[in-house]
Amino acid sequence: MAYSIKAREKFQLDIKELRDAGLFKEERYIHAPQGAEIEVEYPSGASLKKVINMCANNYLGLSSHPEVVKAAQEGLIHHGYGMSSVRFICGTQDIHRQLENRLTEFLGTEDTLLFPSCMDANAGVFEATLTDQDVMIADRLVHASIVDGMRLCKAMQDTFKHSDMGHLEEKLQEHQDKRYRMIITDGVFSMDGDLARLDKIVELAEKYDALVFVDDSHASGFIGKTGRGTHEHCGVFGKIDVITTTLGKALGGASGGCVSGRTELVEMCRQRARPYLFSNAVAPVIISGALKVFDLIFKSTERRDKLEKNMLYWRQLLKDAGFDIKEGESPIVPVMLYNAKLAQDIARDLYDEGIYAVGFFFPVVPKGQARIRTQLSAAHEKHHLDKAIEAFIKVGRKYNIIGKNKKEIIEMYGM
Amino acid sequence: MDAMKKMVLDYVIREYLEEDDDRVIKEDTPLITGGIVDSFSMVSLKRFLEKKYNVQIPDADATPEAFDTVNNIIDLVNRFLKK
Repeated sequence: MAYSIKAREKFQLDIKELRDAGLFKEERYIHAPQGAEIEVEYPSGASLKKVINMCANNYLGLSSHPEVVKAAQEGLIHHGYGMSSVRFICGTQDIHRQLENRLTEFLGTEDTLLFPSCMDANAGVFEATLTDQDVMIADRLVHASIVDGMRLCKAMQDTFKHSDMGHLEEKLQEHQDKRYRMIITDGVFSMDGDLARLDKIVELAEKYDALVFVDDSHASGFIGKTGRGTHEHCGVFGKIDVITTTLGKALGGASGGCVSGRTELVEMCRQRARPYLFSNAVAPVIISGALKVFDLIFKSTERRDKLEKNMLYWRQLLKDAGFDIKEGESPIVPVMLYNAKLAQDIARDLYDEGIYAVGFFFPVVPKGQARIRTQLSAAHEKHHLDKAIEAFIKVGRKYNIIGKNKKEIIEMYGM
Repeated sequence: MDAMKKMVLDYVIREYLEEDDDRVIKEDTPLITGGIVDSFSMVSLKRFLEKKYNVQIPDADATPEAFDTVNNIIDLVNRFLKK
């Protein structure tokens, strides 16, 4: 047998090493639709526990919205379950094109192409549009899917220090000999919750003749006055050359992603992006649900406004309580703990108190930057956040981190 | 400290440390395993070395181990300088 005992033992050893290093990831089974309160089985086999969810990307609270669910059900009836085809053979329905047009309108771009996920969009977009005559200059904290996509592309890779516009300018000057320069950034950075300085980036792009690429997965639907994204917030709506984003977070939370931007760049993706060419069309049921999501958010900014209110309230609660948080304007609010074990211990104790929040540590964030990432939703009510802060304060007191700054926490627990 | 070591050390500090980062980098400080430089950002260091010292470092030799300390980087450059 090809899968020998020796091979099995080697893999078992690899898995043990992950466990020993504290890097082993376990799934928690959720016995409910996604929402502000969920019932969780954890560890596996344990009785169900009702907890407040502080770690979903369900920013607009649309993941289980009755109108979205109903639209998806109707889509299932009228457009079927699956397409059994990639898009360019016989996988494109009228509703796929309708959703692409709505995304184009929403994002303020020229055209849009759907992908099975934003991970796939990022995996395909660079290789489809750039060659070895070009250079990609990325913020060092971009999402892993962008890093993977850049590795698949023959263009030269370079990076600039996180949100450091001086460093980016140096890199743009250094690469003036290239055919195209593409500046690559997240709109909202998923681990820190800070926003890219897109106004400055666009200014530099104009000065140094560069294209601008933004992954707005943690922004589409709620950042900016009408929720269009980081480019709206920064006053550069219509000036971004390529936007990738996801339907898997605020925009219904199911799955699917897209490349949206200049007509010709999107067309190059349609012709050449391998994850688009070799993956099935996004299922009609998801397209139908997403179309309803856009009906809802074009009609009203109510959910986006509630999310902003929740975000401001939660940030204030944490600050008033004396936690060390990363300042920002997004509903991603990291509570800084610096030490990996401390982050895991506090996440476990919060769970015991009925709060579901996850600790992040190296290699997901830099060494010595461990944290608990909290995320707000329009589905949260004030009482959820009041209960959550009570639990944070109780657990924070246990570990004596309330009112302590970075230096003091590191002195107590190390990095 | 010889000129090459100083040059590489200065580049690493300028290129990879944030302004508020008070970590001290010496010639034997682990850069990759120490979480200062990630493999994604390592490419600019490789290009800097190739340009500065007019060498070609094959991708197969540009391993995280070979880039893990300034001392290792100097050894790597010297190997290709001599060829």
